[in-house]
Amino acid sequence: MEGFAYLKNVATLALDRGTCVGCGRCAEVCPHQVFEVADRKAAIVDLDACMECGACALNCPVRALRVEAGVGCASGMINEWLASVGLRKKGAGGCC
Amino acid sequence: MSGRPVKPLKIRSARRVSRKADACCAPAADAPPCCGPSVQAKSPPLDERVPGFLRWRETAAGRVAEIATSLTFADRAGAWKARWGIGRMTYIVPAGLYVVGEPDRDAPVVVTANYKMSYDLVRQALAGRDVWLLVLETYGVNVWCAAGKGTFGTGELVRRIEKTRLAELVAHRRLVLPLLGAAGVRAVEVRERTGFDVRFATVRCADLPQYLDNDMTATAEMRRLTFTTRERLVLIPVELVSAAKVMVPVALLLGLIGGLSGGWHLATVLLPAVACTGAVIAGTSAVPLLLPWLPTRSFAVKGAFCGLLWAALLRLAVGGTWSLPGTLLSFLALPAIAAYHGLNFTGSTPYTSRSGVKKEMRYALPVAAGALAVGIAGWLAGTVFAG
Ligand code: SF4
Ligand code: SF4
Repeated sequence: MEGFAYLKNVATLALDRGTCVGCGRCAEVCPHQVFEVADRKAAIVDLDACMECGACALNCPVRALRVEAGVGCASGMINEWLASVGLRKKGAGGCC
Repeated sequence: MSGRPVKPLKIRSARRVSRKADACCAPAADAPPCCGPSVQAKSPPLDERVPGFLRWRETAAGRVAEIATSLTFADRAGAWKARWGIGRMTYIVPAGLYVVGEPDRDAPVVVTANYKMSYDLVRQALAGRDVWLLVLETYGVNVWCAAGKGTFGTGELVRRIEKTRLAELVAHRRLVLPLLGAAGVRAVEVRERTGFDVRFATVRCADLPQYLDNDMTATAEMRRLTFTTRERLVLIPVELVSAAKVMVPVALLLGLIGGLSGGWHLATVLLPAVACTGAVIAGTSAVPLLLPWLPTRSFAVKGAFCGLLWAALLRLAVGGTWSLPGTLLSFLALPAIAAYHGLNFTGSTPYTSRSGVKKEMRYALPVAAGALAVGIAGWLAGTVFAG
């Protein structure tokens, strides 16, 4: 995203080029223009722009994409962590 | 990138369906706050009380509500309240099929969430058109967050298509979905199960008219997420309101401790409370506002930076008589508070990844917690025990 970039090299996005059929769905649904499709193969051109929304992996017809999807939300994660160590009621937090 | 090993991860496992009234979801186009009601409230039945109701229309699949494309004062006031996090529980419209204008069998079908602000933005964008509007049950959560939770999802879309008997109403098999709904809807599966072809259109509702006029094609700009100053500004109120729930009691407590131990002077009662409140504001307001210009990519560091500035400002303004320890402590605790709130803001941006936030939390939270603990312990030692 222009003017904004988050931490380098942390996104869990992975593409299996062997499986990819170059349909272009991933490039169509990604709101951060992470992919480019050329010669009937997708390529990750901007990994750091990936926010791990999971849209591409969900919509890839041949499941050539993998990403640990989830919304990055610090207080949600703290609540999740508190729940996991038993300090907080499950389901009460983990907002996003 | 192709060389990266592909681990068989369960894609949807990280999704949480729980929700909380915090504003900790990315904002997306249909506006914050998004996490919706804390109680899972299903939408009420679709009747004459739906927002913008004009009249019933008889169709081949029963009667549907025709709705207005202009907003009333109450709609706008409601939007304002929602931005401030007031009364969000009721911000829900009934799921189901609506019409705008007089759609025929070839008219487009637009799909949205049943968060009232999403619904309002979409119907406004459809002014002067004849369109079918399919509203999904997302429990009053906007498209972006509901897609993340999976409620704006394949299953709900398929169910809603069947329930409203959409296939009997239109001759074509195209659905126009917001682009950000793609994180919850698997288009190939919708086609397999219903025959409908999902088109992920634009990020923002405002681009919908142009998209529809352009033969359902979007420009690159329409498909790109942005985070303009205005888009960041509208997030501040709800960040402030949710922070205030903790900040106000803490400020009162600090004032009380200060007053009890150091006597009831302005400096002892007000200063600690003002210092903390300022640090919270630095984290919840200065960070969003100055985001692109703050140093580093880390939100915790951006927050700490704002906290440091605040501590310096305070020191310049009123700290002339501060002792060296007092100064040091405020330079520890205030950035820590602001760093935490800065980190928290990641939940409201449209570009931070879960892995990134996790990584930041791992180093920033212990440091911030340590700095805060030292700061508080030092302040207590300086006021309560020395005073
Ligand atoms: S959606 Fe999948 S198959 Fe299609 S181009 Fe992208 S990675 Fe390749
Ligand atoms: S997970 Fe989302 S942001 Fe990342 S590449 Fe896929 S669609 Fe783009």
